[in-house]
Amino acid sequence: MKDLADDRLGTAGDDFYEALLEAHKGLSFEEGAALNARLVLILANRIGDLETLKAALAAARRSKE
Amino acid sequence: MPRYRYRRFGYTAPPELSGGPRRDCKVAIVGAGPIGLSLAIDLALRGVASIVLDDNDVVSIGSRAICWAKRTLEIFDRLGVGERMVEKGIIWKVGRVYHRERELYAFDLLPEPGHKMPAFINLQQYYVEEYLVERARQFPELIDLRFKNKVVGIEDGSGRATLKVETPDGAYKLHTGYIVACDGAKSPIRSMLGLDFRGQLFEERFLIADIEMQADFPADRRFWFEPTFHEGESALLHKQPDGIYRIDLQLGWDADPEEEKKPENVIPRIKSIVGERPFEIDWVSVYTFQCRRLEHFVHGRVIFAGDSAHVVSPFGARGGNGGIQDVDALGWRLAAVVKGEAREGILERYNAERAHGADENIRNSARTTTFMTPKSDMEKMMRRAVLDLAADMPFARRLINSGRLSVPCSLERFYDIEAIANPPPLPPGRVAVDTPLEKRGESTWLLNQLDDGFTLVTFGDEAKREIDGIRHLRVGADGGDLLDREGFALERYGSGFSYLFRPDQHICAVLREPTAEGVRAAVDKELGR
Repeated sequence: MKDLADDRLGTAGDDFYEALLEAHKGLSFEEGAALNARLVLILANRIGDLETLKAALAAARRSKE
Repeated sequence: MPRYRYRRFGYTAPPELSGGPRRDCKVAIVGAGPIGLSLAIDLALRGVASIVLDDNDVVSIGSRAICWAKRTLEIFDRLGVGERMVEKGIIWKVGRVYHRERELYAFDLLPEPGHKMPAFINLQQYYVEEYLVERARQFPELIDLRFKNKVVGIEDGSGRATLKVETPDGAYKLHTGYIVACDGAKSPIRSMLGLDFRGQLFEERFLIADIEMQADFPADRRFWFEPTFHEGESALLHKQPDGIYRIDLQLGWDADPEEEKKPENVIPRIKSIVGERPFEIDWVSVYTFQCRRLEHFVHGRVIFAGDSAHVVSPFGARGGNGGIQDVDALGWRLAAVVKGEAREGILERYNAERAHGADENIRNSARTTTFMTPKSDMEKMMRRAVLDLAADMPFARRLINSGRLSVPCSLERFYDIEAIANPPPLPPGRVAVDTPLEKRGESTWLLNQLDDGFTLVTFGDEAKREIDGIRHLRVGADGGDLLDREGFALERYGSGFSYLFRPDQHICAVLREPTAEGVRAAVDKELGR
């Protein structure tokens, strides 16, 4: 799943990052974590492909080390 | 390397006080910084006289604005000082981003050849002002530089405006057609008119220091998130001419600016970056940043340009460069209005275009600031996630925001762009893209061939049509007025299109078969006729 790393947002990346922080405005850390959890589930459903999702999970886990 | 020598420009009593011959003043420019001086030169090149008033008589103290972008250099070149600036400046195009000691990625701001001007130069504001003053003095009949002439009052009457000016010899009144306020972020003119300056203050402090040292650091812009050599969130290093390096260190909102400026506090911070190499501190400042702008840049006979109209945070080099783009958009319009060639209404178009530009600059620099100064634990965690992913995943590098560096503002939204089957590579609203050309065996550049008026340029092998009153050039692979020997021009502009360039080198029409009526209509529209 090499293409997970490819940039698909382009210049919209900055727009997304701004919107993401905006969505967190005024939330406590706990509330923010809950928002992120819901967001993961929504995005996972939108991707809808288990192969891709498993690769994404592995990449996210690997990155932390 | 000798330090920069600050020289006094000197004060001469103005004719209003000395009784010398007075000239009718059509344009008064308040502020002899990079913006005011550039505007005076731009107007002079178009035959319009101006008086430039400044309360001081010396260039900028400290390096202040140092990063000058490609478009600014092209404008400076049009004004006749671009080559000198590039010769003195440190040329760079690569930015490197580090997380702790590791380089995460590098970006190249001008990855292709075939441009006269580089992506960026670093050049201290005092040199920029010195060169602009010297250039302005080449127009003694058109530019009246008045140092130690402080504007203390303003009246906007019908048909003319009046400035009250104080000098070492006393006060006088100056009547003028237009006033252009290029008097900086704290603009006294803005205060005198009681205008709101709306926006955001960021709760963050940065230490900025120019240090002189012998080092062979690269010309690249280097930016660190969570640097190992500094306990703050970020650091930035730029190389300047004369062996001077600019260091920006994030201090946090609680830092005491006066304490931080003291040598005993600055020196250890610098040492942690440069090691035991000897250095001298040239200039230090602690700053906060703001993103604010006037709602409107044109108020009757008073026009705002540069920092007086809009301020941004410095990461992205959008302050000085944005201001020079203001000059580019204003100079030809104001000249045309003063000479009676255009309706005054076109100054509103200056307002619209540059408000759009200011919003773009504010949006980008506010986002950079947000990324650099995460305010909550969640914001810190998000940023940390981006930095962690960036090492292996290129998409995350695009999200890292250490500054979205100044690029020419596109004006496409101001033009009706027809949906056609075979659109031109460059639509109306875009600034001209430079290309190398040959004219009668001599190397030249497209931008140097566009003159102070409107220019129509046909690319390809079509025959040229004569259109009265409009300069018309043909660029072809086989010759024509300009030879595209290397093929950059036809690649960038396409074959079979004629581009009409405004006096500020922006495309205002693209025609397949230019007719005199079509070209004249496009010119008339720009001039509000």
